[in-house]
Amino acid sequence: MQNISWLLKMAWRDSRKNRSRLFLFMSSIVLGIAALVAINSFGDNLTTQINSEAKELLGADVEIESRNPIPDSLRQFLSELNIEQSEELSFASMVYFPNTGGTRLVNIRAVEGDYPFYGQIVTTPKQAAEEFYLQNNALVDQSLMLQFNAKTGDSVKVGDLSFLIAGEVNKTPGQSAITTTVAPPVFIPLSQLESTGLLQTGSRINYKLYIKFPEGVNYTTFFKEKLEPRLEKEEVRYDDVEERKEELGDAYSDLTGFLNLTAFIALLLGCMGVASSVQVYVKEKVQSVAILRCLGASSSQGVWIYLIQIFFMGLIGSLIGAALGTVIQYYLPQLFKDFLPFEIELFISGFAILQGVVIGVITSVLFALFPLLQIRKISPLKVLRASFEPEQKDRMKYFVFFLVVLFIFGFSFSQLRDWQNALVFTIGLILSALILFGVGKLIIWLVRRYFPTGSSFVVRQGLANLYRPNNQTLILVITIGIGTALITTLLLSQDLLLNKVKMSSSANQPNMVLFDIQEHQVNELTEMTIADSLPVIQQVPIVTMRLASLKGRSVDELKNDTTTNIKNWVLNREYRVTYRDELIESETLIEGEFQGEVQNSNDSIFVSLDKGLSEDMKVDIGDPITFNVQGAMIKTYVGSIREIDWQRVQTNFLVLFPEGVLEEAPKFHVLLTRYEDVNQSAAYQQKIVKKFPNISIIDLDLILKTLDEVLGKISFIIQFMAFFSIITGIIVLIGSVSISKFQRIQEAVLLRTIGASKKQIIRINLMEYFFLGSIASLTGIFIALLATWALAYFSFETAFVPNFGGALVAYIAITGLTVLIGLMNSRSVVNKPPLEILRKEV
Amino acid sequence: MSSILLVNHVSKTYQSGSKSLTVLNDINFEIKPGSSVAIVGPSGSGKTTLLGLCAGLDGASSGNIILNGKSLDQLSEDERAAIRNQHVGFIFQSFNLLPTLTALENVMVPLELLGKKNVKPQALELLEKVGLGDRIHHYPAQLSGGEQQRVSIARAFANQPKILFADEPTGNLDEETGAVIENLIFNLNKESGTTLVMVTHDGELAQRTNRILKLKGGKLADDSQQNSNISNSH
Repeated sequence: MQNISWLLKMAWRDSRKNRSRLFLFMSSIVLGIAALVAINSFGDNLTTQINSEAKELLGADVEIESRNPIPDSLRQFLSELNIEQSEELSFASMVYFPNTGGTRLVNIRAVEGDYPFYGQIVTTPKQAAEEFYLQNNALVDQSLMLQFNAKTGDSVKVGDLSFLIAGEVNKTPGQSAITTTVAPPVFIPLSQLESTGLLQTGSRINYKLYIKFPEGVNYTTFFKEKLEPRLEKEEVRYDDVEERKEELGDAYSDLTGFLNLTAFIALLLGCMGVASSVQVYVKEKVQSVAILRCLGASSSQGVWIYLIQIFFMGLIGSLIGAALGTVIQYYLPQLFKDFLPFEIELFISGFAILQGVVIGVITSVLFALFPLLQIRKISPLKVLRASFEPEQKDRMKYFVFFLVVLFIFGFSFSQLRDWQNALVFTIGLILSALILFGVGKLIIWLVRRYFPTGSSFVVRQGLANLYRPNNQTLILVITIGIGTALITTLLLSQDLLLNKVKMSSSANQPNMVLFDIQEHQVNELTEMTIADSLPVIQQVPIVTMRLASLKGRSVDELKNDTTTNIKNWVLNREYRVTYRDELIESETLIEGEFQGEVQNSNDSIFVSLDKGLSEDMKVDIGDPITFNVQGAMIKTYVGSIREIDWQRVQTNFLVLFPEGVLEEAPKFHVLLTRYEDVNQSAAYQQKIVKKFPNISIIDLDLILKTLDEVLGKISFIIQFMAFFSIITGIIVLIGSVSISKFQRIQEAVLLRTIGASKKQIIRINLMEYFFLGSIASLTGIFIALLATWALAYFSFETAFVPNFGGALVAYIAITGLTVLIGLMNSRSVVNKPPLEILRKEV
Repeated sequence: MSSILLVNHVSKTYQSGSKSLTVLNDINFEIKPGSSVAIVGPSGSGKTTLLGLCAGLDGASSGNIILNGKSLDQLSEDERAAIRNQHVGFIFQSFNLLPTLTALENVMVPLELLGKKNVKPQALELLEKVGLGDRIHHYPAQLSGGEQQRVSIARAFANQPKILFADEPTGNLDEETGAVIENLIFNLNKESGTTLVMVTHDGELAQRTNRILKLKGGKLADDSQQNSNISNSH
């Protein structure tokens, strides 16, 4: 490159008269960078915190987990190694608050020993966490206390036993507010669990053993050499500190990766704004470049002068963005508080700032290259005559486009860590921009083609402004449109999810499930249900069993054979199986023949499998499977394969037995019913919990409330991120209004000179921004409807019912905002005398 | 070197859709170093096009132009730019100053493009010569038409060009200012021994040159040598 110092000098000299405009270009990328830096810096904070607090998050050195009681032999082994142990049994159960009569399904955590070994259960009052083991005390989740208006000192009934509420749980190791929203914990001493009577057939209990290594041992050596080989042998899962770090790290990088993509969209929108403004800027610079070319500057020198300006503009914009991002970072813990299992300590991440600045500079330069390339083609002849020259095709444009696409893909890949998702993101983004571009072009064409010549002067002038020379209609349609599409998609898909759950329980479908019903409770429960005018829609017996062998090979053998490709969950899980002589509404037979009954004890037993299970088991019709039904081996054959609609409040089973086999096996039951109003449901639940405290109830109302709460928390974060895109769209709008100001002034001055009133000029501007806002927001809403339909069809697998009310609100808000900003920025055009403006602006 | 500019069978045709328009048709002439030449003719006769071709701002459709011993049709646009920078000066009807640069910076640009260091004193001297020593930090928009053209003249002479092309240099100025500018051009031209090629409508101005090339309908209609005194001032 020739004479860098001269190029820098020229870039500096040329920028002096354009600083305010260059600042406007630059401001388009500030928010995108701010969002990126804030999220990345916050992500770095999270990683550091996870690394330093991993033990506190686990509450132990290692957590051992099993669906079966932890073997005594293992406990013995751990004791011999001087390892401290603390046991926990957790399961879902109903609790009853006698003071208010409220009932709810909660996560009972029965603990003993010194758990947590690291970190603490934070309670109010503080000492409650240490004292509740000693007596018949319970610790209740704070949101539950709030919901049922319970106070410390009140009682709560868990199973047959009443506990005194010793305090409310504010925080437990490793749990965030969002996990406790779904399953609020109630802690009770393990010593009291037996007396609650909740350990019955069918109870799905999770056994955990928290362990702490003896003082002074090397964590890694001790774990890897002494402990891990033994744990591998036992049928238990375990989480050590490193694994927990990795799990949490992965989960939060997924979250920050997703948020980074929304920030990236804001940045890309800003860059499109930069490209569009630079396009107009370059057009104004044609004469200057031609003069320079005439004086002997080479074509590349012409490009470099403006590229240097854009580079520094991008750099300054990115630095301001990074500074703003660092400030925003301090507000993020508030935004994410429900998702974090710990209080976060904030620090400024130099790497995040550097990354943001580099990305900002690269994107602004890449996008500005499109218009800047035109400079290469400016002929010095332009100084002699401003004749029209047809635009020459420039292959470099395709190359730059390729670089932009590559960069978007590269960035999304770095965030999503999956090339397919990154590809979908890249294509989706380009497709959205293309749709908006196409619609914008089409509308401009339609306006020109079918210009409403009969309409009023104001309307005609407003419409004509959409395609004035140097108009920014297309770029505004794209930036405002994508912002609208993001926000509207969010609103519509949230509705979709809630509707889906609501629809799952349409007329006559069950909306309440009672489970863990013991054999002896079935009749009385059925009577109680009918007496409460609730229908018994289904009453299903459930038998638990495990897999013993598959196609003649034992589970152990299959586990050791890495070539079978049989999924581990298939071999390890506890199967909850029912039996009946017919298929139900949610099941479709897709292969084989369904056998409803076994007449003779010597007959072969044909079971029916779920399609997904049969695929993961690698079995076909006729293959033998042996189940271990609580000690008794039962040999069966795959008789049929079913497709199951899992999306209803319904009991569905991976394995279905025919009648005549499992009737005598130990079992428990599930009952499905339907309530019509919430009061009826509450009264019924209260009765059941009082009478049969072991029975757990889940109802649609609870699911809806929980889902609503979780979605509300998630969508708040997404809305916060989408906000960056919308604001960027507004900045681009302000930029483009300012950049076309000179033209508008000339027009306004001319109109006012020939007698147009101020009011008429304002109305012309109003019409123009109204049309612009309408095109952009309607196209954005159209994309949102398309995206929501795709989500409904492919992802949520539910019927698409568009919320046109929400879409209308989005349309009015975005169009209104566009008009408001357009008019505010045009004030100087109309509020000053024509001559004053001309003197000042020219 | 026998000639500074040799125009050899030059034609220029523009394509407009399916139609082609011949603006210049088989033009031939030669200009000796140090002489002054006026190109005259009615509007649309091809004067400005010819000037553009001679200065290497555009390429001829056929024929050949040799400027300072170099055949322009063999060169790329960037190579022609280098020649313009080293050997050519320009004065335009509409001044064509860079609006974002001060008067002084405008004059410095050709020198800086040559890669010269410490060019400010030379630019200042030139601005003093054209009588703008007290306006050096003004932007073009802050100068009158006459002042802008004086900056343009100072810029044109900055790189000590072998040949100066002027396109209607007084066309946008009133009579009095125009006369001042004319004198400035001719005086500086004489002082530096530069060849002057000037397009003009102004018959009186043309008379002050050594030679007048008359274009009509894209053809060279007349080529008349004359004995004018270029130092003659009004």
